[in-house]
Amino acid sequence: MKTVSSLLDAHWYERYKNIAKLNIRSSIYDVTDRCNLRCKGCFFFSSGEHEAAAEEKDVSKWHAFVEKEMARGVNLAILIGGEPTLCLDRIEAFYKRLPTFCATNGLIKVPRERFPDMMVGISLWGEAEDEITLRGKDTFKISSANYAGDPHAYYLYTITPKQLGKTEKIIKKIEGVGLKVHMQLLSNDEAVDGFSWTPEELVAVRAEMDAMLEAYPRTVISSKYYHKVITTGQMLGRPFGWMECPSVTDTIDKRVPQPKRLTNFIRWASDLQTVHRCCTSETRDCATCKDGAAHMSWVMVNKRAHMQSAEELQNWIEVYEMFAKLYQFIPW
Amino acid sequence: MTNDPTQTITRIAEIIINALQLEDVTPQTFDPDLDLVDEVGIDSMDLATIALVLRDEYGIRIDEDDYPKLTTVRIIAEYINTKLTSGE
Repeated sequence: MKTVSSLLDAHWYERYKNIAKLNIRSSIYDVTDRCNLRCKGCFFFSSGEHEAAAEEKDVSKWHAFVEKEMARGVNLAILIGGEPTLCLDRIEAFYKRLPTFCATNGLIKVPRERFPDMMVGISLWGEAEDEITLRGKDTFKISSANYAGDPHAYYLYTITPKQLGKTEKIIKKIEGVGLKVHMQLLSNDEAVDGFSWTPEELVAVRAEMDAMLEAYPRTVISSKYYHKVITTGQMLGRPFGWMECPSVTDTIDKRVPQPKRLTNFIRWASDLQTVHRCCTSETRDCATCKDGAAHMSWVMVNKRAHMQSAEELQNWIEVYEMFAKLYQFIPW
Repeated sequence: MTNDPTQTITRIAEIIINALQLEDVTPQTFDPDLDLVDEVGIDSMDLATIALVLRDEYGIRIDEDDYPKLTTVRIIAEYINTKLTSGE
């Protein structure tokens, strides 16, 4: 029988043991239906999820809801939009009780006296020109001023096909303001002209992501295996899709056979009752989904499938470490 | 149903081998003190699957909160025998 220690040397085995028992159980929460931007390609608005439920405005109900979520075993709250920072009281309901991650466009600074160590992921969609095209404004100027040097914040850099050959400039800008960066790919839910990936572009962006990780290892939080999986949509010869996705809401997951999945994962709408299909757009074709969290989770839940060789298990470890760093379960 | 610890250990090993489709090991050769997470590489979903089989086999309920404690086959056997003895 292949055991972990029979596959790994002492260094890798130690790394494995540091993460093996973390038992992360995340769920995702829409904090509000509103946003202070309207980005082309934002799945929340393009798929009508902002109209799926009327948001709960009584903050005491948010506190009670979080208690129930903890009883369900959730130990990581991932807060997304609309724009969560429009509703700091709701964020606080989570932050007071749970390890909490808040996704934001960075236009509003999370007050650190109130949320001293909450991990903040700031969205960035490229250079100023692309940001203006897709989001209506260059958010980096504002978000970098708000979060420069913050040890509990990083950029979630969504790479678009237009960014090919330009990612280094962005990485350098982020490094220049003393922040880390995690790279993901645009899924182009609204079919904005020129922003859909061709197979050749996916090959090129993988090489570019690898190069950025090699050149800026202290700034880029990533792994080459993650780059491979997200750009090819393949893991161990299996294609990503509905029958493989790990982050389908548990209560509506009737798939047979049941794939390996995130335990008890639910994505809640902001009325605290309605659930969404999965961690991303309900209208997206799963076969072409490029959601970064879904792909890294896909790797993470398939640990034993990566125990056929030392290299595969090391790949798994690197992806799990990346996730654990991004959500503060282990240090940078 | 028996409370014999050795038989329980062998049966649990068999359940784990079948559930995880482990190769090159038998219930008799499975080391009952092997750490299931650190060495076999099981995760919480694997444990949930195994817990369902154990529930049906032994008529006991394994609390999700107890999963982190169930680190070896021997510990699982002791856990089951304790539950059976106490009639939980």
